[in-house]
Amino acid sequence: MSEADPASSRPVAWRDLPGEPEFRRGILAMAPTALGISAWGLVTGVAMAKSGMGTAMAIFMALVAYAGSAQLAVLPLLAAGSPIWVIWLTATCVNLRFVIFSTLWRRYFGLLPLKRRCTIGYFSGDVTFVVFQQRFPEQRPGPGREAFFWGASMTNWLAWQVPCVTGIFLADVIPVSWGLGFAGVVALLAMACSMLQGRIQAMSAVVAAGAAVAAYALPLKLNILVGIAAAVAMGLVAETLFPPRSRVVQRTDVTPSPKEPRP
Amino acid sequence: MTAAQWLDLALGVLTVAGLGAITLVSRSFFMLPEREWQLPQWLQRGLRYAPLAALMAVLGPELLMREGEFLRTFADARLPAALAAMAAHAWKRSMLLTISVGMAVYLPLHMGLGW
Repeated sequence: MSEADPASSRPVAWRDLPGEPEFRRGILAMAPTALGISAWGLVTGVAMAKSGMGTAMAIFMALVAYAGSAQLAVLPLLAAGSPIWVIWLTATCVNLRFVIFSTLWRRYFGLLPLKRRCTIGYFSGDVTFVVFQQRFPEQRPGPGREAFFWGASMTNWLAWQVPCVTGIFLADVIPVSWGLGFAGVVALLAMACSMLQGRIQAMSAVVAAGAAVAAYALPLKLNILVGIAAAVAMGLVAETLFPPRSRVVQRTDVTPSPKEPRP
Repeated sequence: MTAAQWLDLALGVLTVAGLGAITLVSRSFFMLPEREWQLPQWLQRGLRYAPLAALMAVLGPELLMREGEFLRTFADARLPAALAAMAAHAWKRSMLLTISVGMAVYLPLHMGLGW
């Protein structure tokens, strides 16, 4: 990151965003997944309203916490009147996977000022990262990245918050038994399929799912962390066991397109 | 409002504000330090597998478990729906089509047959 140009340390101006081509690209990249995220947001909104916390508090929570899995995880604790530190500890554990993602975000946005880095962090999510990494596979600072991030993240925010608040208001009308939330699962599945490249990654993906199922009994959703750790370990071990031939990620690194001399 | 209700409200607001702070800090965590730092090389390589692994770790239990137990039956709408969605993705690589096919298989089985 040391030799990057000074432009990478300047945050994008909000008023310039709508004119940025990468901003629009980010919106378009996120749009297809937004459908699944919306269904998930709606179901989460219904669940919050039905937990009996009151409409105003549910909306306040949706807008401030902005963390679907953490919101769902703390609902039963809130309803049971658990102590505040238990609620916070649970939310922290559910959010731990984002701590891992933050090491990856830093490679793109580490040169920006602290305030902007925190804003980016707050609005980032796992699906946003997947979409972002597909657009910018090279993990380093550079032009267009922040505009793309905001296009994708604002789309994600709207796709989550609007249905979530709708779900809070219409909790009694929306049929949860239909299983609409499954659309969110299918959207994640489609994301995962689009990320698959190479045998090693496929193996580590299977290990992640298996480990998360096996460790499901762990409290505080820690099975997700177990799944990630097992997959990373599996990937590293497999890289040393198998010849580089099977490593698609590495192979693309060493074959840059030859530069044609310009006439 | 009574004093007890005020206290309840204040506690609720504090709880939610804390949840927001947790979102902010956990998602920014390794972006917070100003100083340049590097993870060990092996961990940097290993973290390439983390994003997909995170999705799969969420998906595994969502697709293969019911009420905290591993599925004991194939009569579960999620399995054919997931397979159909994956096939659709392999065919066209379209997100929208994948979600539509998955739900088109899931909803009738789930609502009609109660799978």
